[in-house]
Amino acid sequence: MSMTKSDWQSITLSAVLLAVAACLPLTGDAYMLSIGITIAMYAVLATSWALFSGPTHYISLATAAFFGLGTYTTAIGIENGLNYWVTLPIAAILGAVLAALVGLATLRLSGVYFVIFTLGLAELVRQVVTWGQNVSGQKGLYVLTDITEVHIYWQLLVLAAIVYLTGWAIGRSRLGFALRIIGDDEEVARHSGINTSRAKILLFMVSGATAAVVGSMLAPRYIYIEPALAFTPMLSFLVVIMALLGGTGRLWGPLVGVIPFTLLWEAISASFPNQTTLLLGLSFLVIVYLLPRGFVGLIESGKRKMREREAFA
Amino acid sequence: MTTGPTVLSLRGATKRFGGLVAVNDMDFDVTEHEVLGLIGPNGSGKSTTLNLISGALKPTEGTISLRGTPISHLSAADISRRGIARTFQLVRLLPSMTVLENVRAGAVFGHRRRWGAEADAHAMRMLALVGLDRRANAHVGELTYIDTKRVELARVLASEPKVLLLDEWLAGLNPTELEEGITLIKRLRDEGRTIILVEHVMDAIRSLCDRCVVMSTGLKIAEGTPEQVLSDPEVIRAYLGDDDA
Repeated sequence: MSMTKSDWQSITLSAVLLAVAACLPLTGDAYMLSIGITIAMYAVLATSWALFSGPTHYISLATAAFFGLGTYTTAIGIENGLNYWVTLPIAAILGAVLAALVGLATLRLSGVYFVIFTLGLAELVRQVVTWGQNVSGQKGLYVLTDITEVHIYWQLLVLAAIVYLTGWAIGRSRLGFALRIIGDDEEVARHSGINTSRAKILLFMVSGATAAVVGSMLAPRYIYIEPALAFTPMLSFLVVIMALLGGTGRLWGPLVGVIPFTLLWEAISASFPNQTTLLLGLSFLVIVYLLPRGFVGLIESGKRKMREREAFA
Repeated sequence: MTTGPTVLSLRGATKRFGGLVAVNDMDFDVTEHEVLGLIGPNGSGKSTTLNLISGALKPTEGTISLRGTPISHLSAADISRRGIARTFQLVRLLPSMTVLENVRAGAVFGHRRRWGAEADAHAMRMLALVGLDRRANAHVGELTYIDTKRVELARVLASEPKVLLLDEWLAGLNPTELEEGITLIKRLRDEGRTIILVEHVMDAIRSLCDRCVVMSTGLKIAEGTPEQVLSDPEVIRAYLGDDDA
Protein backbone atom coordinates (compact mmCIF):
# COMPACT_ATOMS: atom_id res chain seq x y z
CA MET A 1 0.00 0.00 0.00
CA SER A 2 1.22 3.48 -0.74
CA MET A 3 1.67 6.23 1.81
CA THR A 4 -1.12 8.75 2.10
CA LYS A 5 -0.77 12.42 2.95
CA SER A 6 -1.89 11.83 6.53
CA ASP A 7 0.75 9.08 6.91
CA TRP A 8 3.43 11.59 5.99
CA GLN A 9 1.91 14.12 8.37
CA SER A 10 1.99 11.63 11.27
CA ILE A 11 5.57 10.63 10.49
CA THR A 12 6.71 14.25 10.29
CA LEU A 13 4.92 15.12 13.53
CA SER A 14 6.44 12.09 15.30
CA ALA A 15 9.92 12.98 14.06
CA VAL A 16 9.55 16.55 15.31
CA LEU A 17 8.30 15.39 18.73
CA LEU A 18 11.17 12.92 18.97
CA ALA A 19 13.68 15.65 18.08
CA VAL A 20 12.21 17.91 20.77
CA ALA A 21 12.37 15.07 23.30
CA ALA A 22 16.00 14.43 22.33
CA CYS A 23 16.85 18.01 23.39
CA LEU A 24 15.83 17.37 27.01
CA PRO A 25 19.41 16.72 28.25
CA LEU A 26 20.38 20.19 26.99
CA THR A 27 18.47 21.69 29.93
CA GLY A 28 21.23 20.29 32.12
CA ASP A 29 18.73 19.40 34.81
CA ALA A 30 19.63 15.98 36.25
CA TYR A 31 16.20 15.46 37.85
CA MET A 32 14.41 16.22 34.56
CA LEU A 33 16.70 13.79 32.77
CA SER A 34 16.01 11.08 35.32
CA ILE A 35 12.25 11.50 34.85
CA GLY A 36 12.82 11.61 31.09
CA ILE A 37 14.52 8.20 31.24
CA THR A 38 11.68 6.75 33.29
CA ILE A 39 9.09 8.12 30.86
CA ALA A 40 11.02 6.88 27.81
CA MET A 41 11.46 3.46 29.41
CA TYR A 42 7.75 3.06 30.23
CA ALA A 43 6.75 4.52 26.86
CA VAL A 44 8.69 1.80 25.05
CA LEU A 45 7.50 -0.95 27.40
CA ALA A 46 3.83 0.10 27.35
CA THR A 47 3.76 0.65 23.58
CA SER A 48 5.34 -2.69 22.79
CA TRP A 49 3.06 -4.35 25.36
CA ALA A 50 0.05 -2.80 23.61
CA LEU A 51 1.25 -4.01 20.19
CA PHE A 52 0.40 -7.51 21.37
CA SER A 53 -2.22 -7.02 24.06
CA GLY A 54 -4.13 -4.19 22.34
CA PRO A 55 -5.58 -6.11 19.42
CA THR A 56 -5.62 -9.59 21.01
CA HIS A 57 -6.90 -8.57 24.49
CA TYR A 58 -4.43 -11.01 26.07
CA ILE A 59 -3.22 -9.24 29.22
CA SER A 60 0.41 -10.19 29.80
CA LEU A 61 2.03 -9.66 33.19
CA ALA A 62 5.34 -11.06 31.98
CA THR A 63 7.03 -7.74 31.14
CA ALA A 64 9.28 -8.06 34.21
CA ALA A 65 10.48 -11.49 33.06
CA PHE A 66 11.67 -10.09 29.71
CA PHE A 67 13.00 -6.89 31.27
CA GLY A 68 14.98 -8.81 33.89
CA LEU A 69 16.25 -11.23 31.26
CA GLY A 70 17.66 -8.28 29.32
CA THR A 71 19.18 -6.71 32.43
CA TYR A 72 20.92 -9.94 33.38
CA THR A 73 22.05 -10.63 29.81
CA THR A 74 23.88 -7.30 29.75
CA ALA A 75 25.26 -7.68 33.28
CA ILE A 76 26.55 -11.21 32.71
CA GLY A 77 27.77 -10.31 29.21
CA ILE A 78 29.81 -7.36 30.45
CA GLU A 79 31.17 -9.39 33.34
CA ASN A 80 32.41 -11.91 30.80
CA GLY A 81 34.13 -9.32 28.69
CA LEU A 82 31.48 -8.72 26.03
CA ASN A 83 31.03 -5.25 24.58
CA TYR A 84 27.86 -3.54 25.86
CA TRP A 85 26.56 -3.04 22.31
CA VAL A 86 26.85 -6.77 21.61
CA THR A 87 24.66 -7.59 24.60
CA LEU A 88 21.68 -5.63 23.21
CA PRO A 89 21.00 -7.90 20.20
CA ILE A 90 21.70 -10.96 22.36
CA ALA A 91 19.07 -9.74 24.84
CA ALA A 92 16.63 -9.16 21.95
CA ILE A 93 17.14 -12.70 20.69
CA LEU A 94 16.83 -14.23 24.16
CA GLY A 95 13.68 -12.18 24.80
CA ALA A 96 12.17 -13.34 21.51
CA VAL A 97 13.06 -16.98 22.25
CA LEU A 98 11.56 -16.81 25.74
CA ALA A 99 8.43 -15.20 24.30
CA ALA A 100 8.18 -17.92 21.66
CA LEU A 101 8.46 -20.65 24.30
CA VAL A 102 5.91 -18.98 26.55
CA GLY A 103 3.67 -18.41 23.54
CA LEU A 104 3.82 -22.02 22.42
CA ALA A 105 2.98 -23.17 25.93
CA THR A 106 0.30 -20.66 26.87
CA LEU A 107 -1.37 -18.86 24.01
CA ARG A 108 -3.92 -21.64 23.87
CA LEU A 109 -4.98 -20.40 27.28
CA SER A 110 -7.26 -17.44 27.24
CA GLY A 111 -8.58 -14.83 29.62
CA VAL A 112 -7.54 -14.98 33.23
CA TYR A 113 -5.53 -18.22 32.81
CA PHE A 114 -3.11 -16.43 30.50
CA VAL A 115 -2.81 -13.50 32.93
CA ILE A 116 -2.01 -15.77 35.87
CA PHE A 117 0.45 -17.82 33.85
CA THR A 118 2.43 -14.78 32.74
CA LEU A 119 2.54 -13.43 36.30
CA GLY A 120 3.73 -16.82 37.50
CA LEU A 121 6.33 -16.97 34.75
CA ALA A 122 7.94 -13.69 35.82
CA GLU A 123 8.07 -14.99 39.39
CA LEU A 124 9.48 -18.34 38.25
CA VAL A 125 12.30 -16.70 36.28
CA ARG A 126 13.12 -14.53 39.28
CA GLN A 127 13.27 -17.54 41.59
CA VAL A 128 15.46 -19.45 39.14
CA VAL A 129 17.91 -16.55 38.92
CA THR A 130 17.93 -16.19 42.72
CA TRP A 131 18.59 -19.89 43.06
CA GLY A 132 21.37 -19.68 40.45
CA GLN A 133 23.01 -16.88 42.41
CA ASN A 134 22.73 -18.78 45.68
CA VAL A 135 24.40 -21.78 44.08
CA SER A 136 27.19 -19.67 42.61
CA GLY A 137 27.51 -17.73 45.86
CA GLN A 138 26.90 -14.30 44.32
CA LYS A 139 24.32 -11.87 45.70
CA GLY A 140 24.04 -9.55 42.73
CA LEU A 141 26.02 -8.30 39.78
CA TYR A 142 27.88 -5.06 39.15
CA VAL A 143 27.33 -3.39 35.79
CA LEU A 144 30.21 -1.01 35.38
CA THR A 145 30.31 0.90 32.10
CA ASP A 146 31.09 4.39 30.96
CA ILE A 147 27.52 4.83 29.72
CA THR A 148 25.92 7.93 31.21
CA GLU A 149 22.29 8.80 31.88
CA VAL A 150 22.19 10.93 28.73
CA HIS A 151 23.32 7.96 26.62
CA ILE A 152 20.65 5.76 28.16
CA TYR A 153 18.02 8.38 27.45
CA TRP A 154 19.03 8.73 23.80
CA GLN A 155 19.20 4.96 23.33
CA LEU A 156 15.67 4.65 24.69
CA LEU A 157 14.46 7.34 22.29
CA VAL A 158 15.97 5.47 19.34
CA LEU A 159 14.33 2.27 20.56
CA ALA A 160 11.02 4.14 20.91
CA ALA A 161 11.32 5.30 17.29
CA ILE A 162 11.96 1.72 16.19
CA VAL A 163 8.97 0.45 18.19
CA TYR A 164 6.65 3.09 16.71
CA LEU A 165 7.81 2.34 13.17
CA THR A 166 7.40 -1.39 13.77
CA GLY A 167 3.93 -0.88 15.23
CA TRP A 168 2.95 1.32 12.34
CA ALA A 169 4.22 -1.21 9.81
CA ILE A 170 2.45 -4.09 11.58
CA GLY A 171 -0.77 -2.08 11.66
CA ARG A 172 -0.73 -1.86 7.86
CA SER A 173 0.31 -5.46 7.30
CA ARG A 174 -1.61 -8.70 6.96
CA LEU A 175 -0.31 -9.61 10.41
CA GLY A 176 -1.90 -6.50 11.93
CA PHE A 177 -5.21 -7.21 10.19
CA ALA A 178 -5.04 -10.85 11.35
CA LEU A 179 -4.55 -9.73 14.97
CA ARG A 180 -7.56 -7.41 14.80
CA ILE A 181 -9.66 -10.32 13.52
CA ILE A 182 -8.30 -12.57 16.29
CA GLY A 183 -9.18 -9.92 18.87
CA ASP A 184 -12.72 -9.71 17.49
CA ASP A 185 -13.44 -13.43 17.15
CA GLU A 186 -10.78 -16.10 17.25
CA GLU A 187 -13.14 -18.75 15.85
CA VAL A 188 -13.83 -16.63 12.77
CA ALA A 189 -10.10 -15.96 12.45
CA ARG A 190 -9.31 -19.67 12.39
CA HIS A 191 -12.08 -20.42 9.92
CA SER A 192 -10.95 -17.58 7.68
CA GLY A 193 -7.58 -19.26 7.22
CA ILE A 194 -5.53 -17.40 9.83
CA ASN A 195 -2.89 -19.36 11.70
CA THR A 196 -3.88 -17.74 14.99
CA SER A 197 -1.13 -19.25 17.15
CA ARG A 198 1.59 -18.11 14.77
CA ALA A 199 0.22 -14.56 14.56
CA LYS A 200 -0.04 -14.25 18.34
CA ILE A 201 3.40 -15.75 18.97
CA LEU A 202 5.05 -13.46 16.41
CA LEU A 203 3.63 -10.37 18.08
CA PHE A 204 4.42 -11.67 21.56
CA MET A 205 8.03 -12.17 20.38
CA VAL A 206 8.24 -8.55 19.18
CA SER A 207 6.91 -7.41 22.53
CA GLY A 208 9.21 -9.71 24.53
CA ALA A 209 12.33 -8.78 22.55
CA THR A 210 11.62 -5.08 23.03
CA ALA A 211 11.18 -5.44 26.80
CA ALA A 212 14.44 -7.39 27.00
CA VAL A 213 16.33 -4.66 25.13
CA VAL A 214 14.86 -2.03 27.47
CA GLY A 215 16.18 -4.12 30.38
CA SER A 216 19.63 -4.20 28.75
CA MET A 217 19.67 -0.46 28.23
CA LEU A 218 18.67 0.18 31.83
CA ALA A 219 21.30 -2.18 33.32
CA PRO A 220 24.10 0.42 33.33
CA ARG A 221 21.80 2.84 35.17
CA TYR A 222 21.31 0.44 38.09
CA ILE A 223 25.08 -0.25 38.44
CA TYR A 224 24.28 -3.05 40.91
CA ILE A 225 21.51 -5.50 39.99
CA GLU A 226 19.82 -8.28 41.90
CA PRO A 227 16.75 -10.41 41.06
CA ALA A 228 14.36 -8.44 43.29
CA LEU A 229 15.21 -5.29 41.33
CA ALA A 230 15.45 -6.67 37.81
CA PHE A 231 12.37 -8.88 38.00
CA THR A 232 10.12 -6.73 40.16
CA PRO A 233 6.44 -7.61 39.48
CA MET A 234 5.62 -3.93 40.08
CA LEU A 235 7.10 -3.22 36.64
CA SER A 236 4.66 -5.56 34.89
CA PHE A 237 1.71 -3.99 36.68
CA LEU A 238 2.85 -0.43 36.00
CA VAL A 239 3.21 -1.17 32.29
CA VAL A 240 -0.31 -2.61 32.10
CA ILE A 241 -1.82 0.28 34.05
CA MET A 242 -0.09 2.93 31.98
CA ALA A 243 -1.04 1.28 28.69
CA LEU A 244 -4.67 0.92 29.77
CA LEU A 245 -4.79 4.49 31.08
CA GLY A 246 -3.65 5.77 27.70
CA GLY A 247 -5.70 3.32 25.70
CA THR A 248 -4.52 0.47 23.49
CA GLY A 249 -6.70 1.26 20.49
CA ARG A 250 -4.09 3.58 18.95
CA LEU A 251 -0.34 3.35 18.58
CA TRP A 252 0.16 6.64 20.45
CA GLY A 253 -2.33 5.66 23.18
CA PRO A 254 0.05 4.17 25.77
CA LEU A 255 2.31 7.25 25.60
CA VAL A 256 -0.65 9.43 26.62
CA GLY A 257 -0.97 7.26 29.72
CA VAL A 258 2.74 6.95 30.47
CA ILE A 259 3.53 10.66 30.84
CA PRO A 260 0.88 11.63 33.44
CA PHE A 261 1.16 8.33 35.31
CA THR A 262 4.96 8.49 35.60
CA LEU A 263 4.67 11.99 37.08
CA LEU A 264 1.87 10.84 39.43
CA TRP A 265 3.93 7.80 40.40
CA GLU A 266 6.97 9.98 41.15
CA ALA A 267 4.79 12.08 43.46
CA ILE A 268 3.29 9.01 45.15
CA SER A 269 6.69 7.35 45.66
CA ALA A 270 8.08 10.54 47.14
CA SER A 271 5.14 11.36 49.45
CA PHE A 272 3.87 7.88 50.45
CA PRO A 273 6.84 5.52 50.04
CA ASN A 274 5.19 2.88 52.26
CA GLN A 275 1.78 2.84 50.56
CA THR A 276 2.83 2.53 46.91
CA THR A 277 1.29 -0.92 46.35
CA LEU A 278 -2.00 0.18 47.90
CA LEU A 279 -2.12 3.31 45.75
CA LEU A 280 -1.17 1.32 42.67
CA GLY A 281 -4.14 -0.97 43.27
CA LEU A 282 -6.44 2.00 43.79
CA SER A 283 -5.33 3.70 40.59
CA PHE A 284 -5.86 0.42 38.72
CA LEU A 285 -9.46 0.25 39.95
CA VAL A 286 -10.11 3.90 39.14
CA ILE A 287 -8.78 3.50 35.59
CA VAL A 288 -10.67 0.29 34.86
CA TYR A 289 -13.98 1.67 36.20
CA LEU A 290 -13.80 5.27 35.01
CA LEU A 291 -11.74 4.99 31.83
CA PRO A 292 -12.21 1.48 30.44
CA ARG A 293 -10.94 2.57 27.01
CA GLY A 294 -8.32 4.96 28.37
CA PHE A 295 -7.65 8.51 27.26
CA VAL A 296 -7.89 7.37 23.62
CA GLY A 297 -11.50 6.31 24.20
CA LEU A 298 -12.22 9.60 25.96
CA ILE A 299 -10.73 11.66 23.13
CA GLU A 300 -12.57 9.70 20.46
CA SER A 301 -15.98 9.87 22.10
CA GLY A 302 -15.34 13.59 22.64
CA LYS A 303 -14.61 13.99 18.93
CA ARG A 304 -17.77 12.09 18.04
CA LYS A 305 -19.88 14.32 20.31
CA MET A 306 -18.34 17.40 18.67
CA ARG A 307 -19.24 16.08 15.22
CA GLU A 308 -22.81 15.30 16.32
CA ARG A 309 -23.18 18.77 17.79
CA GLU A 310 -21.95 20.29 14.55
CA ALA A 311 -24.40 18.17 12.60
CA PHE A 312 -27.29 19.54 14.66
CA ALA A 313 -26.14 23.17 14.60
CA MET B 1 -28.49 -34.46 -12.23
CA THR B 2 -24.98 -34.29 -13.58
CA THR B 3 -22.29 -36.24 -11.81
CA GLY B 4 -19.08 -34.30 -11.93
CA PRO B 5 -15.84 -35.25 -10.20
CA THR B 6 -16.00 -35.86 -6.44
CA VAL B 7 -14.88 -32.80 -4.50
CA LEU B 8 -15.43 -33.86 -0.92
CA SER B 9 -15.87 -37.30 0.55
CA LEU B 10 -16.47 -38.63 4.04
CA ARG B 11 -15.54 -42.20 4.84
CA GLY B 12 -16.52 -43.63 8.20
CA ALA B 13 -16.39 -40.19 9.80
CA THR B 14 -17.18 -40.61 13.48
CA LYS B 15 -17.21 -38.19 16.39
CA ARG B 16 -17.55 -39.34 19.98
CA PHE B 17 -17.94 -37.07 22.97
CA GLY B 18 -17.20 -39.46 25.81
CA GLY B 19 -19.93 -42.08 25.55
CA LEU B 20 -22.08 -40.07 23.16
CA VAL B 21 -21.63 -40.83 19.47
CA ALA B 22 -22.67 -37.58 17.81
CA VAL B 23 -21.68 -38.67 14.30
CA ASN B 24 -21.57 -42.37 13.58
CA ASP B 25 -19.73 -43.80 10.58
CA MET B 26 -20.79 -41.18 8.03
CA ASP B 27 -20.13 -41.90 4.37
CA PHE B 28 -21.07 -39.54 1.58
CA ASP B 29 -19.60 -37.75 -1.41
CA VAL B 30 -20.18 -34.30 -2.80
CA THR B 31 -19.54 -33.81 -6.51
CA GLU B 32 -18.58 -30.61 -8.22
CA HIS B 33 -21.36 -28.00 -8.77
CA GLU B 34 -23.66 -29.98 -6.51
CA VAL B 35 -25.85 -28.62 -3.73
CA LEU B 36 -26.09 -31.23 -1.01
CA GLY B 37 -28.63 -30.84 1.77
CA LEU B 38 -27.72 -32.27 5.16
CA ILE B 39 -31.01 -32.69 6.98
CA GLY B 40 -32.47 -34.44 9.99
CA PRO B 41 -34.20 -33.74 13.29
CA ASN B 42 -32.61 -31.58 15.98
CA GLY B 43 -29.62 -33.19 17.64
CA SER B 44 -29.09 -35.69 14.83
CA GLY B 45 -25.48 -34.62 14.27
CA LYS B 46 -25.75 -32.34 11.22
CA SER B 47 -23.86 -29.43 12.72
CA THR B 48 -21.26 -31.76 14.21
CA THR B 49 -20.72 -33.25 10.73
CA LEU B 50 -20.25 -29.74 9.37
CA ASN B 51 -17.83 -29.00 12.21
CA LEU B 52 -15.82 -32.09 11.29
CA ILE B 53 -15.60 -30.97 7.67
CA SER B 54 -14.59 -27.38 8.53
CA GLY B 55 -12.02 -28.52 11.09
CA ALA B 56 -13.76 -26.96 14.09
CA LEU B 57 -13.72 -30.51 15.48
CA LYS B 58 -11.46 -33.44 14.68
CA PRO B 59 -13.10 -36.76 13.82
CA THR B 60 -12.50 -39.55 16.33
CA GLU B 61 -12.32 -42.01 13.43
CA GLY B 62 -12.63 -41.99 9.67
CA THR B 63 -11.33 -39.68 6.98
CA ILE B 64 -12.55 -36.63 5.16
CA SER B 65 -10.88 -35.86 1.84
CA LEU B 66 -10.91 -32.85 -0.42
CA ARG B 67 -10.31 -33.90 -4.05
CA GLY B 68 -8.76 -37.13 -2.83
CA THR B 69 -6.40 -35.52 -0.29
CA PRO B 70 -7.17 -36.28 3.37
CA ILE B 71 -7.85 -33.10 5.34
CA SER B 72 -9.29 -34.44 8.58
CA HIS B 73 -5.98 -34.09 10.45
CA LEU B 74 -5.56 -30.41 9.47
CA SER B 75 -6.42 -27.31 11.52
CA ALA B 76 -9.47 -25.21 10.69
CA ALA B 77 -7.13 -22.53 9.28
CA ASP B 78 -5.43 -24.98 6.92
CA ILE B 79 -8.75 -26.46 5.81
CA SER B 80 -10.05 -22.98 5.08
CA ARG B 81 -6.95 -22.25 3.01
CA ARG B 82 -7.45 -25.45 1.02
CA GLY B 83 -10.83 -24.14 0.00
CA ILE B 84 -13.56 -25.09 2.47
CA ALA B 85 -15.33 -22.08 3.94
CA ARG B 86 -18.30 -21.94 6.29
CA THR B 87 -20.93 -19.76 7.87
CA PHE B 88 -21.93 -20.29 11.49
CA GLN B 89 -25.26 -21.38 12.90
CA LEU B 90 -25.29 -18.24 15.03
CA VAL B 91 -23.93 -15.48 12.79
CA ARG B 92 -20.37 -14.50 13.67
CA LEU B 93 -19.21 -11.10 12.50
CA LEU B 94 -16.20 -9.04 13.53
CA PRO B 95 -17.88 -6.47 15.79
CA SER B 96 -15.21 -3.75 15.75
CA MET B 97 -15.09 -3.55 11.96
CA THR B 98 -17.09 -2.16 9.09
CA VAL B 99 -19.03 -4.31 6.64
CA LEU B 100 -16.25 -3.98 4.06
CA GLU B 101 -13.52 -4.94 6.54
CA ASN B 102 -15.49 -8.01 7.56
CA VAL B 103 -15.64 -9.18 3.97
CA ARG B 104 -12.00 -8.24 3.39
CA ALA B 105 -11.06 -10.75 6.11
CA GLY B 106 -12.24 -13.51 3.77
CA ALA B 107 -10.50 -11.99 0.76
CA VAL B 108 -7.16 -11.55 2.56
CA PHE B 109 -6.75 -14.84 4.40
CA GLY B 110 -8.89 -17.40 2.58
CA HIS B 111 -8.32 -19.92 -0.18
CA ARG B 112 -7.33 -17.28 -2.73
CA ARG B 113 -5.32 -14.62 -0.93
CA ARG B 114 -5.42 -10.98 -1.94
CA TRP B 115 -4.12 -7.77 -0.42
CA GLY B 116 -4.52 -4.01 -0.66
CA ALA B 117 -6.70 -2.45 -3.34
CA GLU B 118 -7.23 -5.83 -4.98
CA ALA B 119 -8.68 -7.26 -1.75
CA ASP B 120 -10.95 -4.23 -1.34
CA ALA B 121 -12.21 -4.43 -4.91
CA HIS B 122 -12.87 -8.14 -4.53
CA ALA B 123 -14.67 -7.60 -1.21
CA MET B 124 -16.84 -4.94 -2.88
CA ARG B 125 -17.76 -7.39 -5.66
CA MET B 126 -18.82 -9.94 -3.05
CA LEU B 127 -20.89 -7.30 -1.26
CA ALA B 128 -22.57 -6.47 -4.57
CA LEU B 129 -23.28 -10.16 -5.07
CA VAL B 130 -25.18 -10.39 -1.78
CA GLY B 131 -26.79 -6.97 -2.35
CA LEU B 132 -25.00 -5.03 0.36
CA ASP B 133 -22.54 -2.89 -1.60
CA ARG B 134 -24.28 0.31 -0.52
CA ARG B 135 -23.70 -0.47 3.16
CA ALA B 136 -19.96 -1.15 2.73
CA ASN B 137 -18.91 1.50 5.23
CA ALA B 138 -21.64 0.82 7.77
CA HIS B 139 -20.66 -0.57 11.14
CA VAL B 140 -21.86 -4.16 11.57
CA GLY B 141 -23.79 -3.16 14.71
CA GLU B 142 -26.18 -1.10 12.57
CA LEU B 143 -27.32 -3.99 10.38
CA THR B 144 -30.60 -5.90 10.37
CA TYR B 145 -30.52 -9.64 11.03
CA ILE B 146 -30.63 -10.76 7.40
CA ASP B 147 -27.97 -8.20 6.50
CA THR B 148 -25.62 -9.65 9.12
CA LYS B 149 -26.18 -13.02 7.44
CA ARG B 150 -25.39 -11.45 4.07
CA VAL B 151 -22.13 -10.02 5.42
CA GLU B 152 -21.11 -13.40 6.74
CA LEU B 153 -21.95 -15.02 3.41
CA ALA B 154 -19.99 -12.36 1.52
CA ARG B 155 -16.98 -12.91 3.83
CA VAL B 156 -17.08 -16.62 3.11
CA LEU B 157 -17.52 -16.11 -0.65
CA ALA B 158 -14.62 -13.66 -0.71
CA SER B 159 -12.20 -16.49 -0.03
CA GLU B 160 -13.33 -18.19 -3.26
CA PRO B 161 -13.93 -21.55 -1.63
CA LYS B 162 -14.19 -24.82 -3.55
CA VAL B 163 -16.80 -26.01 -1.08
CA LEU B 164 -19.20 -23.75 0.77
CA LEU B 165 -20.72 -24.91 4.06
CA LEU B 166 -23.90 -23.13 5.11
CA ASP B 167 -25.06 -23.96 8.64
CA GLU B 168 -28.77 -23.10 8.83
CA TRP B 169 -28.18 -19.95 6.86
CA LEU B 170 -31.93 -19.48 6.33
CA ALA B 171 -32.94 -20.03 9.96
CA GLY B 172 -34.61 -17.18 11.80
CA LEU B 173 -35.62 -15.18 8.73
CA ASN B 174 -39.12 -13.79 8.31
CA PRO B 175 -41.13 -14.87 5.21
CA THR B 176 -40.01 -11.96 3.03
CA GLU B 177 -36.38 -12.35 4.06
CA LEU B 178 -36.62 -16.09 3.53
CA GLU B 179 -37.68 -15.53 -0.06
CA GLU B 180 -34.73 -13.16 -0.59
CA GLY B 181 -32.43 -15.67 1.09
CA ILE B 182 -33.54 -18.57 -1.11
CA THR B 183 -33.14 -16.41 -4.23
CA LEU B 184 -29.61 -15.52 -3.14
CA ILE B 185 -28.56 -19.12 -2.56
CA LYS B 186 -30.21 -20.13 -5.83
CA ARG B 187 -27.98 -17.60 -7.56
CA LEU B 188 -24.89 -19.17 -5.93
CA ARG B 189 -26.14 -22.56 -7.10
CA ASP B 190 -26.61 -21.28 -10.64
CA GLU B 191 -23.02 -20.00 -10.59
CA GLY B 192 -22.02 -23.64 -10.23
CA ARG B 193 -20.73 -23.53 -6.68
CA THR B 194 -20.39 -26.67 -4.61
CA ILE B 195 -22.46 -26.25 -1.47
CA ILE B 196 -23.36 -28.31 1.58
CA LEU B 197 -26.25 -26.84 3.46
CA VAL B 198 -27.61 -27.86 6.83
CA GLU B 199 -31.19 -26.75 6.73
CA HIS B 200 -34.60 -27.13 8.37
CA VAL B 201 -36.65 -25.07 5.95
CA MET B 202 -38.36 -27.68 3.72
CA ASP B 203 -39.19 -25.24 0.90
CA ALA B 204 -35.52 -24.35 0.69
CA ILE B 205 -34.45 -27.97 0.68
CA ARG B 206 -36.89 -28.82 -2.14
CA SER B 207 -35.95 -25.88 -4.32
CA LEU B 208 -32.21 -25.77 -3.68
CA CYS B 209 -30.81 -29.26 -3.14
CA ASP B 210 -29.77 -31.70 -5.85
CA ARG B 211 -29.39 -34.41 -3.27
CA CYS B 212 -29.97 -34.86 0.44
CA VAL B 213 -28.31 -36.87 3.16
CA VAL B 214 -30.64 -37.50 6.09
CA MET B 215 -29.23 -38.01 9.58
CA SER B 216 -30.85 -39.31 12.71
CA THR B 217 -29.07 -39.88 16.04
CA GLY B 218 -25.69 -39.59 14.34
CA LEU B 219 -26.40 -42.09 11.59
CA LYS B 220 -27.10 -41.63 7.90
CA ILE B 221 -30.59 -43.03 7.39
CA ALA B 222 -31.27 -42.00 3.80
CA GLU B 223 -29.65 -40.44 0.77
CA GLY B 224 -31.16 -39.32 -2.55
CA THR B 225 -33.08 -36.53 -4.24
CA PRO B 226 -35.24 -34.37 -1.95
CA GLU B 227 -38.42 -36.08 -3.24
CA GLN B 228 -37.00 -39.54 -2.60
CA VAL B 229 -35.75 -38.90 0.93
CA LEU B 230 -38.72 -36.84 2.07
CA SER B 231 -41.10 -39.66 1.15
CA ASP B 232 -38.90 -42.35 2.71
CA PRO B 233 -40.84 -43.96 5.60
CA GLU B 234 -37.76 -44.11 7.80
CA VAL B 235 -37.13 -40.40 7.34
CA ILE B 236 -40.76 -39.60 8.19
CA ARG B 237 -40.45 -41.80 11.27
CA ALA B 238 -37.27 -40.00 12.35
CA TYR B 239 -38.94 -36.61 12.04
CA LEU B 240 -42.42 -37.39 13.32
CA GLY B 241 -42.16 -40.56 15.40
CA ASP B 242 -43.59 -44.05 14.87
CA ASP B 243 -47.31 -43.27 15.00
CA ASP B 244 -47.33 -41.04 11.94
CA ALA B 245 -45.30 -43.32 9.69
